Amino acid sequence: MGLMSKPIRRTEDKRFITGKGRYVDDVKMAGTAVAWALRSPYAHAKILSIDTEAAKAMPGVLDIVVGAELEAEGIGHLASAFPPAMLKNRDGSPRVDGDRALLTVDYVRYVGEPVAFVIAESLNEAKDAAEQIFVDYEELPAAGLIDEALAPGAPQIWPQAPGNIALDWEQGDEAATAAAFAKAAHVTSIDLINNRVVVNSMEPRGALGTYDDVTGQYELYVTSQGSHPVADTIAKRVLKIPPDRLRVITPDVGGGFGLKMSTFAEYPLVLIASKRIGRPVKWMSERTEAFQSDSHGRDLKSRAEMAFDADGKILAYRIETDFNLGAYGLGFGPGIQSAVPMFVVGGVYKVPVLHNHVRAVFTNTVPVEAYRGAGRPEAAYIIERIMDLAARELGLGQDEIRLRNFIRTEEMPFRSYVGAVIDSGDFQRNLHDCLKQADWAGFPARKAQSARRGLLRGRGMSYYIEKTAGGASAVTIAFTDAGRVQVGVSTSAHGQGHETTFAAIVADKLGVPFESVELIQGDSIRSPHGGGTGGSRSLWNSGNGILKAADAVIDKGREVAAALLDTTTDTIVFDEGAFHVHGSNRFLPLLEVAAAARSGAQLPLELVEKLESGLDSAGTHDEKGDTFPNGCHICEVEIDPETGKVAVVSYEVVDDFGFVLNPLIVAGQVHGGVAQGIGQALLENCLYEPGTAQLQTGSFMDYAMPRADDLPHFGFSYNEILCTTNPLGIKGCGEAGTVGAAPAVMNAVLDALWDKGVRTVDMPMTPMRVWETLRPAGG
Amino acid sequence: MYSFDYHKPRSLDEATALLADHPEARLLAGGMTLLPTLKQRLASPSDLIDLSGMPDLVGIQVSDSEIRIGAMTTHAAVAHSPEIAAKLPALAALAEGIGDPQVRHRGTIGGSISNADPAADYPSAVLGLGATVVTDRREIAGDDFFTAMFETALEPGEIVRQVRLPVPLAAGYAKFPNPASRYAVVGAFVARTAGGVRVAITGAAPSVFRLPDMEAALTASFTPAAIAGISVPADDLNSDPHASAEYRAHLIGVMVGRAINFALEH
Amino acid sequence: MSGTVPVALSVNGRKVASEVEPRTLLVTYLREHLGLTGTHVGCDTSQCGACVVHLDGRSVKSCTLLAVQADGHEVTTIEGLGSPENLHPMQIAFNEHHGLQCGFCTPGMIMSAVDFASRHPDPTPLEVREWLEGNICRCTGYHNIVASVEAGARAMAKA
Repeated sequence: MGLMSKPIRRTEDKRFITGKGRYVDDVKMAGTAVAWALRSPYAHAKILSIDTEAAKAMPGVLDIVVGAELEAEGIGHLASAFPPAMLKNRDGSPRVDGDRALLTVDYVRYVGEPVAFVIAESLNEAKDAAEQIFVDYEELPAAGLIDEALAPGAPQIWPQAPGNIALDWEQGDEAATAAAFAKAAHVTSIDLINNRVVVNSMEPRGALGTYDDVTGQYELYVTSQGSHPVADTIAKRVLKIPPDRLRVITPDVGGGFGLKMSTFAEYPLVLIASKRIGRPVKWMSERTEAFQSDSHGRDLKSRAEMAFDADGKILAYRIETDFNLGAYGLGFGPGIQSAVPMFVVGGVYKVPVLHNHVRAVFTNTVPVEAYRGAGRPEAAYIIERIMDLAARELGLGQDEIRLRNFIRTEEMPFRSYVGAVIDSGDFQRNLHDCLKQADWAGFPARKAQSARRGLLRGRGMSYYIEKTAGGASAVTIAFTDAGRVQVGVSTSAHGQGHETTFAAIVADKLGVPFESVELIQGDSIRSPHGGGTGGSRSLWNSGNGILKAADAVIDKGREVAAALLDTTTDTIVFDEGAFHVHGSNRFLPLLEVAAAARSGAQLPLELVEKLESGLDSAGTHDEKGDTFPNGCHICEVEIDPETGKVAVVSYEVVDDFGFVLNPLIVAGQVHGGVAQGIGQALLENCLYEPGTAQLQTGSFMDYAMPRADDLPHFGFSYNEILCTTNPLGIKGCGEAGTVGAAPAVMNAVLDALWDKGVRTVDMPMTPMRVWETLRPAGG
Repeated sequence: MYSFDYHKPRSLDEATALLADHPEARLLAGGMTLLPTLKQRLASPSDLIDLSGMPDLVGIQVSDSEIRIGAMTTHAAVAHSPEIAAKLPALAALAEGIGDPQVRHRGTIGGSISNADPAADYPSAVLGLGATVVTDRREIAGDDFFTAMFETALEPGEIVRQVRLPVPLAAGYAKFPNPASRYAVVGAFVARTAGGVRVAITGAAPSVFRLPDMEAALTASFTPAAIAGISVPADDLNSDPHASAEYRAHLIGVMVGRAINFALEH
Repeated sequence: MSGTVPVALSVNGRKVASEVEPRTLLVTYLREHLGLTGTHVGCDTSQCGACVVHLDGRSVKSCTLLAVQADGHEVTTIEGLGSPENLHPMQIAFNEHHGLQCGFCTPGMIMSAVDFASRHPDPTPLEVREWLEGNICRCTGYHNIVASVEAGARAMAKA
């Protein structure tokens, strides 16, 4: 264990801090044309006709693509990542996703839906031409809000989804839950809104497509979180070409947060356009455009109830949720509030029985898909808000109610009611550590101090748990002539520092120099096939996969070393990067053995043939076993009652990520995740206008992105409770900060306002919201 | 953006002539408002006339009674001027709160007041101090300068040359920013002058305006308590999803109070 | 209407001269005409700061400047700040303190930080946070960026 567990500084920084990063917009090819999408200004309308004649004649215009042409060519449609059988209505009937062509033909269903794709020599010429495309729209009534879409007489967005219900899903036992509620000593209920947010990675989406008409090969550079899912979707579903005709390359990516997992229409469109005009075609989203063309996050309303016995122990839990799917079910959208969080709906508590009823609702808005945490922050938000409220109603401390209901350490592995097997965890310890770290006991004095300055101080706690994503895919290790060790992974970093973290594992495991390790990711031809990065799965999948591949390397190396050292395999021991003959001082370093295996010159022919390609090996971590990162967040806020402004004055986290590979990078992930949770709780809100479904928050001028002066210093520490179901003992950390943060902040805001008679708070608690909340309560 | 021709005149006369020759031309000062507008294709001027080629339009002169700021002086220059910090710290604080550091390195006072954004900061200082706007052809009193949302008393082709701000006995500026745009939801400029107190509010209405009731109360007693009972009607105030008219009306009282405290402390 | 206009400026110490359409933004000129793609575009409302460069030593948003406005001036981009073999103290600080994750906001963040640090050799965290109002990061939560800027400022003061 040399480099693992150390806060190694990142290798990838070198290019980023010197401006040598290579993002999609930095990739230059001679003769590249520019694409610009014409987007619907209406939330809901029938398209009567699209006239591109005048536009096509404009200077610099090379082509204009419309949906009718693509239909005629048999171009396939996009679809959700959940096959129909995998996510059905509770009565067994199939859910409805709607039908998503690359460019819509007959109806537009949200402001921003692409209607035509203009290809020109320059962006200005493309925009000029787009202004000359005449689309004859017949405007229809629109419903952008959940309530509007569910109201009687609401416009039907998909005829096959009456009442605009896309999915009607449940988990648990409704009757048994009701029976438990009937016996409750106390019932707490809460209505919660989880507001819509826009992902807003700092790099917008983009794609550069080429088609070589000699070879029939397509090549796509794209902002993604994994090249293979994009390649598979485009090749198999959209273009209907053999997969080996398409190479998808994901270069440096400026943030993903779930947004860049999906295949968006513009990606295959640049390939189609490139084939049409015989030149590369690049499309890069602008920011204002992103607000109406990226997928959005969250947007749900829930009513939750928790039944308690006389000791404040949970008897049962039930939730009714309606979530806004947007105009189409795409990506992981339909599953985000249903299947994806289903195993952590009960949080860290012993919940004997529960019933969770979730409906997905179509609206005339941008489709809602995965956003950091994808369902688990929403689930944590509900349970941590209701536990907070229950504590108040039961007269218990926030720590006490949780401690009474925690799954206890000695009960691990614990099979929860919902079927999750939580392998490990020490929730009590993390909570106690966080109480100390946050100086919980000292709060009353701080509250008094704030009061003397005319400010309302509150504290809030959340204890989150989440389940990270699985999916087995291979890792490859290959040795080059130049002494480099190439590690091929199917995951795809976009800020997580995999070049550094994975290299540390390889260096420690194989004893090769850290600098010799090179990560091969993001190339659908060169990297092993797999699901990409998302759901906090990369270290679990690729890190453990490296161990498997490394074991295979060592096994092969032992044979080669034995041959080179003229001994038998059973006398060879691998230690500290070299193969030793046990009991002697003869050894060969791994890289030498790899070189010899590669050349084969000194080895018996049978061995060379058996190895096929030297020590190069693959390994797949395919053992069952999810990881359950968890932790305690404690937040303190200070509210200025005169303006309503909420300042987060302290934020402390104690996490359990199992074995922490690189504490520097893990802390960074937590900071960023917490920042997004705070952002949603206090600042960010994606608003559609009631009645028209026009997007009201269309740029950073109206959508408050957290800045440095909106956020505090973060206190972060961790306890390593090793995961028992993977060799590294790790639990994925990428989304955890976001899972825990929003309820901690909102509980703190409620605490600050509680003494003023406030009982209900919803996100975001903007200054105006706080002021309005305080008014009737006499604040 | 749409195409335009570009000119960089060396004198105001040249600039005026260019404006006369090209009726669809726009003046380019710092560009912090104009360029984003053009990028969004919300305007299509035929020509841009860049005013940065006239050093005479840049500069700060401070005397005991008056501060003169050239129209092309940047917000950063005003924010960091030791003379302004000494004589009129409220103005330095106002300038320091405009946009972000990079915007302040380019944005200008002339550009800001000519644009008359309802949420811009400078209009409240111009109105609050009773400043004089000096153009290429006349002087316009601050009370007369801002006429409506994005509208001023400037005639077609008229160019702001300088702003002359009388040094008050005391002054303060307090702004409550929109968390997204960081523009003023409400900005209050309070000036205590020999002739009484002036209170100018930006951000809350289509155009900057004064509050006579508060002015009278503060002239009698220059303390936050003096305005405690004075509420501002919400009727004609701006309302959007981020800040209702009622909220702005409330914030006006709060920000005027904070501006008074600034004036008392500096 | 418009043809092109001549621009002549110094970029990272090197004199360049071109003919550009007046509407060409400085960031487009840098990225497309000069191939300096280290400066990024992250928004269209002049807020995010991914495009920050130095104009005559002061940080500005290159997306809100026309190339022609830089005529006769000196522009410094991230490429001109330091090289992998010869990193600027602020660049070193960002690496040391993990002040970046995806790296997209980083060039603008570093250029903004260098301008700040040149005038604040011993900053407080609050001063740093207030300065960075014009630089948005979605990855880091700013915690490590603040630490990086503080450390970079002190290193610059020593150098």
